[in-house]
Amino acid sequence: MLEIRNLHATVGGKPILKGLNLEIADGEIHAIMGPNGAGKSTLGNVIAGRDGYEVTAGEVIYRGKNLLELEPEERACEGVFLAFQYPVEIPGVNNTYFLRAALNAQRKYRGESELDSMQFLKLVREKLQILHISDDLMHRAVNEGFSGGEKKRNEIFQMAVLQPSLAILDETDSGLDIDALRLVAEGVNRLRSEDRSIIVITHYQRLLDHIVPDVVHVLADGKIVASGDAKLALKLEEEGYTWLEQGGIQALNVEIRA
Amino acid sequence: MSNEPRTQDSTSVDHFVQQKYRHGFVTDIESETVPPGLNEDVVRWISARKEEPEWLLEWRLEAYRRWLDMTQPDWAHLNIEPIDLQAISYFSAPKSDKDRPQSLDDVDPKLLETYDKLGVPLHERARLAGVAVDAVFDSVSVGTTFRKELKKAGVIFCSFSEAVKDYPELVRKYLGTVVPPRDNYFAALNSAVFSDGSFVFIPKGVRCPMELSTYFRINAAETGQFERTLIVAEDSSHVSYLEGCTAPMRDENQLHAAVVELVALENAEIKYSTVQNWYPGDENGIGGIYNFVTKRGDCRGDRSKISWTQVETGSAITWKYPSCVLRGERSVGEFYSVALTNNYQQADTGTKMIHIGRNTRSKIISKGISAGRGQNAYRGLVRIAKKAENARNYTQCDSMLIGKGCGAHTFPYIEVGNPTAQVEHEATTSRIGEDQLFYCLQRGISEEDAVSMIVDGFCKQVFRELPMEFAVEAKALLEVSLEGAVG
Repeated sequence: MLEIRNLHATVGGKPILKGLNLEIADGEIHAIMGPNGAGKSTLGNVIAGRDGYEVTAGEVIYRGKNLLELEPEERACEGVFLAFQYPVEIPGVNNTYFLRAALNAQRKYRGESELDSMQFLKLVREKLQILHISDDLMHRAVNEGFSGGEKKRNEIFQMAVLQPSLAILDETDSGLDIDALRLVAEGVNRLRSEDRSIIVITHYQRLLDHIVPDVVHVLADGKIVASGDAKLALKLEEEGYTWLEQGGIQALNVEIRA
Repeated sequence: MSNEPRTQDSTSVDHFVQQKYRHGFVTDIESETVPPGLNEDVVRWISARKEEPEWLLEWRLEAYRRWLDMTQPDWAHLNIEPIDLQAISYFSAPKSDKDRPQSLDDVDPKLLETYDKLGVPLHERARLAGVAVDAVFDSVSVGTTFRKELKKAGVIFCSFSEAVKDYPELVRKYLGTVVPPRDNYFAALNSAVFSDGSFVFIPKGVRCPMELSTYFRINAAETGQFERTLIVAEDSSHVSYLEGCTAPMRDENQLHAAVVELVALENAEIKYSTVQNWYPGDENGIGGIYNFVTKRGDCRGDRSKISWTQVETGSAITWKYPSCVLRGERSVGEFYSVALTNNYQQADTGTKMIHIGRNTRSKIISKGISAGRGQNAYRGLVRIAKKAENARNYTQCDSMLIGKGCGAHTFPYIEVGNPTAQVEHEATTSRIGEDQLFYCLQRGISEEDAVSMIVDGFCKQVFRELPMEFAVEAKALLEVSLEGAVG
């Protein structure tokens, strides 16, 4: 699905990613953990193609394509989805209208026919039910006046409608209480499938109790410094990130990167 | 100024008129245009050409003399090349059909392309592009049906010139009572040389059966640069009036100085909607219309209401403050505005809410959008007079910037003369969020669609106030006006 080789990226001239390697197979969930400022969110933004995130070296191959050559909206249409850490409010723009515009733009890109409002509403109702989201959310403006939990659920809902191949959840757990966290995680789990890979970027282990990853990576100072199974996350939670620096990682059965 | 009396008593004016006519002015009346320049003769000539009554000529001359003593205002946040008012011709009769394009094949393809983008119906395009009238049969028939129905309701809706001929008492009773000729430089100029415009009269208790639109007043074509509109709503009547249209109209006049006066008597309601899309000049700021408009509504009766809604996307320069004088007790004034400036366009627009009566209320919602090198200023006055007990105002004025070369400015003036007043002012300025834009792109929406979606959302509060089909057009208009604003 995704192969990242020796990725270097700067933000405002400052190097953030310093030779990152990552490989994700179809249908896998990878968690990326790491201390603040390690470059976790930068990785998500670089994959999605955000302005201001400059790739200075390396490559990102997504389903055989050089992702870095594509415009952000093309990446989206190719099936790359970023669930934002801080979902953006767009006052006055109806949530349903927004999502339909997005879906139809993507369908058009893929050469499929656009959905009319009836067809779209039917689809939306199905997804709302699966995710236990009240349709009140659909009548409001995009994220405007949404609570933190509502915003995050709206992201997952968009993901459910857009059916991406690669989803990046950027600190989707931040700012959520435990109930909201569970709801969001449930939504994500329902979207697990053989042809969809998911990157879960998180600071804490607790989200991974609910979304169990196939692989856990530790990102520190712009590089993946360790990779392992779900146990790595638990150990990290126990010991804290300083443990990493003290070389404790060797004690675990994990792959250690240079 | 000294107190020296002016030579304006009627005998001297009469004498003056006679004298000029003796100089053979009459012989010129059949000609189609006057030579450029403005003087008293020109004012007389226009009045004579329109076969106006004596009192109206006098009224024009008075305005002209006032105007001579005035200077062009320069307090607006506008950068204006000096306008040579002596280089303008103050009257030109509508072009004869021979001089017009004979069919759409003769019309500038660029203009047709814009109509296409705006979804202007085919049968309307010819009329808008100024194709010879006999080729534009559809709109004529629409206009005729329209008139019959209005007549049945007792509503008068005609050109200003017709009104002067057919309803002189009404015109004389209300003309200049809201915007006096001496009001400001451009209003004085308009009063002296106004060409034509609309007259609307809604009698007591009548609810006008349809939206009145200049669109359908077929003889409104080329009312010229000095338009004059007067709308009177008698007790407990109601009217909604639409001015302009989203499609760019062909127009060769650079200076526009219109005056609009609204009078709402007891319990009456006037809703006035404008979509202004005059030629804005090219991407380099060459050409374009100068639009200096004085619009004012007088809520003369108790519980009356006047509501202005405007979508201003055209003109190189817009100088316009549709206002409400809230005289009647419990009267209500509203102003909803979207003003967009792109390329080198400049707008200084806003409103005045003058609270005089008790328990009067006003609401101002202003949305300014600047792109390119556009400059957009909101200028608004809320004045609560001494006797206006319990007056209330709410003002919300939001600016959106697209790109880095443009500017937004806010000049609110608040004068409160009564301690019971409640005046609220909220203002925001936002750059079109890079965040918002990326959010849309990341969902697969193209940059251009994203911008128009965000702008449309920003304007929603105002579009809601427009009549339905106008709102749809206004949205399309913003999209066309913003083309190339990003990226």
